Amino acid sequence: MKLHKQDIIKALQGILPENAVLFEAEDLHPYECDGLSAYRRLPMVVALPDSVEQVQQILGFCYQNDIAVVARGAGTGLSGGALPDEQGVLLSLAKFNQVLEVDSEARQARVQPGVRNLAISQAVNKHGLYYAPDPSSQIACTIGGNVAENSGGVHCLKYGLTVHNIQQLKIVTIEGELLTIGGSGLDSAGYDLLALMTGSEGMLGVIVEVTVKLLPIPERAQVMLAAFDDVVKAGAAVGNIIAAGIIPAGLEMMDKLAIRAAEDFVHAGYPVDAQAILLCELDGSNSEVSEHILKVRAILQNSGATEVRTAKTDEERLTFWKGRKAAFPAVGRISPDYYCMDGTIPRKRLPEVLKNIADLSEEYGLAVANVFHAGDGNLHPLILYDANKPGELERTEEFGGKILELCVAVGGTITGEHGVGIEKINQMCVQFESAELIQFHAVKNAFDVKGLLNPGKAVPTLHRCAEFGAMHVHHGELRFPDLERF
Amino acid sequence: MTDNDISKDLQQQVAQALSSRTALNIQAGNSKQFYGRAASGDVLDVSTHRGVINYEPTELVITARAGTPLKELEQLLADNNQMFGFEPPAFGDSATIGGTVACNFSGPRRAFAGSARDFVLGSTIINGKAEQLHFGGEVMKNVAGYDVSRLMCGALGTLGVLLEVSIKVLPRPETELTLVQELDTNASLAKVHELARQSLPVSATCFDGHRLHIRLSGAEAGVAAARKLLGGDTLPANDNFWHKLKEQQLEFFKSGGDLWRLSLASNGPNLGLNGKTLYEWNGAQRWLIGDDRADVIRDRAARHGGHATCFRSQHDTEQVFHPLDGGLLAIHRQLKRAFDPEAIFNPGRMYAEI
Repeated sequence: MKLHKQDIIKALQGILPENAVLFEAEDLHPYECDGLSAYRRLPMVVALPDSVEQVQQILGFCYQNDIAVVARGAGTGLSGGALPDEQGVLLSLAKFNQVLEVDSEARQARVQPGVRNLAISQAVNKHGLYYAPDPSSQIACTIGGNVAENSGGVHCLKYGLTVHNIQQLKIVTIEGELLTIGGSGLDSAGYDLLALMTGSEGMLGVIVEVTVKLLPIPERAQVMLAAFDDVVKAGAAVGNIIAAGIIPAGLEMMDKLAIRAAEDFVHAGYPVDAQAILLCELDGSNSEVSEHILKVRAILQNSGATEVRTAKTDEERLTFWKGRKAAFPAVGRISPDYYCMDGTIPRKRLPEVLKNIADLSEEYGLAVANVFHAGDGNLHPLILYDANKPGELERTEEFGGKILELCVAVGGTITGEHGVGIEKINQMCVQFESAELIQFHAVKNAFDVKGLLNPGKAVPTLHRCAEFGAMHVHHGELRFPDLERF
Repeated sequence: MTDNDISKDLQQQVAQALSSRTALNIQAGNSKQFYGRAASGDVLDVSTHRGVINYEPTELVITARAGTPLKELEQLLADNNQMFGFEPPAFGDSATIGGTVACNFSGPRRAFAGSARDFVLGSTIINGKAEQLHFGGEVMKNVAGYDVSRLMCGALGTLGVLLEVSIKVLPRPETELTLVQELDTNASLAKVHELARQSLPVSATCFDGHRLHIRLSGAEAGVAAARKLLGGDTLPANDNFWHKLKEQQLEFFKSGGDLWRLSLASNGPNLGLNGKTLYEWNGAQRWLIGDDRADVIRDRAARHGGHATCFRSQHDTEQVFHPLDGGLLAIHRQLKRAFDPEAIFNPGRMYAEI
């Protein structure tokens, strides 16, 4: 028999202190959405546990009574992964905010899932260490959410994603069982469940502890800024740097609209007449960085850069980055709303993808600013729109969907680092065949046979895909007929 | 390089095995037959499924059919001044990329650059329903769907037949040299931990019981500066130490007895086991040749959050890999069922239960 809301609240109050169970509408509103505010829903009830035992009890109770559970960290996710379930429990891990142990010798830190990404680096700074993945929301986002989304950041070309920088997880299964995945070493026995859990978007278990790997803070980091009068030349320059055997710590590209918006906002001294700029950060030992700077400067110049600057001081370096890091809010200043996309493409396809985006931009009458993790092909087109204009959000979402399908068509993916969540669930039908989606559901069943963890996210049902296909394939025409497909 | 696509053929063989409920023993180069529990079933020969499907040096990725010899791929990468960052051991000339990924074998660079699993970006597999499925891709950042490609790494073929793998590659370091210092175990481990906390171009460490070997890789100036800072003798460039280490051809590996691989925190203590130990990966991978009982070895490793694998044995071993706890074993069983419902792929090769 299905329990009533009152019974569920009562049961949770039996597990948690009274003020750790929220159910009045005004208390639920802060949880109605994550960083993707276009989707909003109130949960039935919010649970705020502060111990692993409480999480186990809550999940065990939900499992017994078929109640959906959506785990949530800081709620900064950009794909609606933490969008609540109206009939379910929103499990906030905000109270799990302790760094439990730092082993500076083994370069590991054991932390609770609600610890903020940047707080880890701050906690270990005194040992000369840091945690490498640095999503742009790192001031606010939590490590538990980072694991759930396999977050990246501007430095992942060289230092990898979350999956490369963690070594142990403690998770609670939907049945309430506590499992340790991974180990104290660099691998563990059996299947690589650590990789499977990372990026699983809260679908397989609830993360209650994370052991991260730490790296020594590089002796020196230096950033260069290069301006180009042509986006294609900037793209080629990226390939030339890598062809020279140099893996920069960060390699970012911005197009004209993004450059101007950022410059107006933070006055980073960007060349506003450029069609594109590249920011290239090199790090390592002092002598290594010196050698690479000379090489990269020559490559940029030979690739047709109209201007190459090297930050002379650490302050100037941070100024160079400031514009890039503020690109999203900067675009937010020039448009009432913007919609951030997250496709990844093989880098060499950049010119045609940018051209297609420009064509779509014209077709939809919506401007696009492009910010690009150029080194690893992760593209963040920002579609500028006004939610107050009737129908504009819908047009924006359709436009965004087409950009993602374009990414798939050139051999890329619909999401590089933001996750599928609820936002890109339809595009999963474009990227994967039915048999692959069925395989994903089988993986989900291996952990959560009742489908209670984050229902409706990350992997679409075949039924949903059939509806989406019926909606989107007109006259059997393929979109982007000019593109080679593989 | 031979270019031959037998994926349809393989799929058909899997379909037949499925309908007759016949177990399949997936094999390519057969260079890793020694590893894992005994194989059984009809051989599914992947060795002629060969060739590079896509290699774009500036995209830092290569996609190849699973039966492509590792040697050929490494040569192709070297011709383009690139390499596999995980420095895979081959254990024989016939080794293939598929087998390497299925075993998740990684060499001396692993602690500094990552394992095979870290570099795998995508894969095409045949699952236990005889379906061809594609996961991941050729791009470095991709979070669409569960990371099935990495799940295949180290699964010893028990979840599916690898058809193609896409792997991130790295530029070859501009220069490389190895420093050697005479130190004892404790001093060696202290030294590597001290170095690991600094911004130095170290790409491998090994303590063989007598001497500490440190490899430096990278830009000329960076390596030269680190060499000066570290001191010690430089090994002749033709010494091939790291190659012999990863292929287990050093003197250490030549003595008889079971070879155990212990994986635990780099600063985990001396486990007090009988026999001799060689330390790699700053201490996170330890090779042990000794005569302690398996349960004693496993218990010591587990006590420090690690695990122990009976890597090579003179006799058939019932338990090669570290036993799994109840909850984890249940998930392994369920995952096995999710990919291979009729248990036709390499049954019992990893654990008796899967």
